[in-house]
Amino acid sequence: MSIHTLSVLVENKPGVLARVSGLFSRRGFNIESLAVGPTEHPEISRITIMVSVEGNALEQVTKQLNKLINVLKIVELEPANAVQRELLLVKVRADETTRRGVVETAELFKAKVIDVGPEALTLEIVGPPAKLEAALKMLEPYGIREMVQSGMVALGRGPRSMTQAALRAVERSA
Amino acid sequence: MTDRPAESVTGAQSLVRSLEEVGADVVFGIPGGAILPAYDPLYDSTRVRHILVRHEQGAGHAAEGYAQATGRVGVCMATSGPGATNLVTPIADAFLDSVPIVAITGQVPFPAIGTDAFQEADISGITLPITKHNFLVQHAEQIPQTIAEAFHLAITGRPGPVLVDIPKDVLQAATSFSWPPTLDLPGYRPVLKPHGKQIREAAKLIAAAQRPVLYVGGGVLKAHATAELKKLAELTGIPLVTTLMARGAFPDSHRQHLGMPGMHGSVAAVTALQKADLLIALGTRFDDRVTGRLESFAPHATVIHADIDPAEIGKNRVAEVPIVGDAREVITELIPAIQAEYAVGNRADLTGWWRQADSWRETYPLGYEVPTDGSLSPQYVIERLGKIAGPETIFTSGVGQHQMWAAQFISYENPYTWLNSGGAGTMGYSVPAAMGAKVGAPDKLVWAIDGDGCFQMTNQELATCAIEGIPIKVAVINNGNLGMVRQWQTLFYGERYSNTNLGTHALPDPTSLSGAKQRIPDFVKLADALGCAGLRCESQADVDATIEKAMSINDQPVVVDFTVGKDAMVWPMVAAGTSNDDILAARGIRPEFEQEV
Repeated sequence: MSIHTLSVLVENKPGVLARVSGLFSRRGFNIESLAVGPTEHPEISRITIMVSVEGNALEQVTKQLNKLINVLKIVELEPANAVQRELLLVKVRADETTRRGVVETAELFKAKVIDVGPEALTLEIVGPPAKLEAALKMLEPYGIREMVQSGMVALGRGPRSMTQAALRAVERSA
Repeated sequence: MTDRPAESVTGAQSLVRSLEEVGADVVFGIPGGAILPAYDPLYDSTRVRHILVRHEQGAGHAAEGYAQATGRVGVCMATSGPGATNLVTPIADAFLDSVPIVAITGQVPFPAIGTDAFQEADISGITLPITKHNFLVQHAEQIPQTIAEAFHLAITGRPGPVLVDIPKDVLQAATSFSWPPTLDLPGYRPVLKPHGKQIREAAKLIAAAQRPVLYVGGGVLKAHATAELKKLAELTGIPLVTTLMARGAFPDSHRQHLGMPGMHGSVAAVTALQKADLLIALGTRFDDRVTGRLESFAPHATVIHADIDPAEIGKNRVAEVPIVGDAREVITELIPAIQAEYAVGNRADLTGWWRQADSWRETYPLGYEVPTDGSLSPQYVIERLGKIAGPETIFTSGVGQHQMWAAQFISYENPYTWLNSGGAGTMGYSVPAAMGAKVGAPDKLVWAIDGDGCFQMTNQELATCAIEGIPIKVAVINNGNLGMVRQWQTLFYGERYSNTNLGTHALPDPTSLSGAKQRIPDFVKLADALGCAGLRCESQADVDATIEKAMSINDQPVVVDFTVGKDAMVWPMVAAGTSNDDILAARGIRPEFEQEV
């Protein structure tokens, strides 16, 4: 099993996310993370999916996704050729004696303090999955009260855009 | 195209106008609360015939039968909630067998969606995994475009079921109608034309193969490629097998036809695939009922796999030469490419391969033993029915033993003459599918071959047939049991017949003073009650005359209760989960292959 990142452009219509996520569970594929949001074109949304599959199954999941009528384009983003980011909000136990240590750790990871109180503070950390993992490891000894993490979003490196071709298809059909 | 001026209509009128314009001449359905507005303009339509069925499942299978017999989109209609959920089985059936149908369902008014309103069911959510696509219409203006898109999606590319769910308030809303609408399906681009390089690669392999087999699936029928297939087969002289979904795609009487592969396939067909060095798979999906244990399927074969659905290629078996395309285009391009190979001297001699294939065919022909207990042989009945009804007849079947015998012992010479539930294995398919086929092809003789179990699931549609003037004929192969399940109990469960006796022959009646036995139900009386002619046949001597009698009745549907023995089994058989190499030609009889490859 290895983890692959698929960037999926879909028509911005009701129920499309259910079609995509339903396909994964129905065909027995595991979603590691999923993020969905608008693109620069209002009629197109982008779903970024991290899926844990073996090599042959990745081709199958991509083909099955392509069969969904609302799916416009699928690109696998190789880690070496893509920028990947996740957002982590983490509430860390921090009183007068430990606050300085927590803040110093935060600075190491270019994290922002976005809420602070006498017993805890909340950090915002952005980065690729490995960075968030490292930050969490460093923060754990202080005591993590709670945390929330977004699905990963990613874009291919370089000037090319995968939305252009999809947009042409949308415009042609309209 | 010039647009005609828009008409001011209701959503319901817009729906019926759209159905008229898209060419839906028949709709099978049942009205109810949420779909009721649509039935008012439907009442006036002279171009759309609505056939009032007795159960929505019947509507769905009738739409399938219509579609499979005619090649056009079949249409069914139901109300919200239970009306819609009753369509789920035929929709799933159409999904697995790639049958183009459009299901139109009423939905509770838009503001009530999500409130658990009366007769509310999230049918678009429910059918998400079993439709090619579905729509929940939000505005009346969207109706013409949605209907046009639904029909387009259903019939193009790999065909399949499409559901259109329309809330009642959308049907009641004022809107305008104009035709044709513009389709807006930017993500839908089925690939029809195969890649030239792949075709040349395939042609090279086909010409050079020593032991090739044409493995033909239902996609060839869907693509209307049977004439092209015959050309390809005769050009190459390669042995050919047709799957359960492809029966009729190639004449059974043709000497290159080795029969049906799979769990109950002929020894020659199954063995040819096992021994082949090249499979030319056309519009087929390496289903587990064909391959047996996948790891040991056709172990020596290189695979050329052509299918219109790229997701089928490499799903179960790796294809060395994948070809995405419509079967007709693929075959049409293969023919000159193979001729070019032959022209440069690349042509293997298939004499030795044919010698082997012929020896399997001669040593292990399809056959059956006549029961020794004096009971009527079901295989004999089906064989005679095929002979007497003839090769122009459309046969539909239910699921189980009778289905396999109908696939084995009737000689299919023409495409679209064998309609069955292959992928889903839906008991109850036969009668309503025959109804739909007869409506679509009224000049054809349509025989439903059914089992006594299947028949009791959907025979209510005989009332529809009787009232609507749809004179189908039904041969109930009545062995008194869920025959295929019983066969498995005989073979794999130590003859413990748990819940397979249906009592349609007779059950001992301890409460009756006389101890009299009674058939429950009595299919002849049932036929009469449903407005059909009912006949019964219990002995071999009466089979031909009974079939002739049934053939002579054309003013009403006919039901024949062929009361047959319960112990007949379907052979050959590859037991579930085992290798095709372990095929049994008959109980305890393993073919011996002297000329091992």
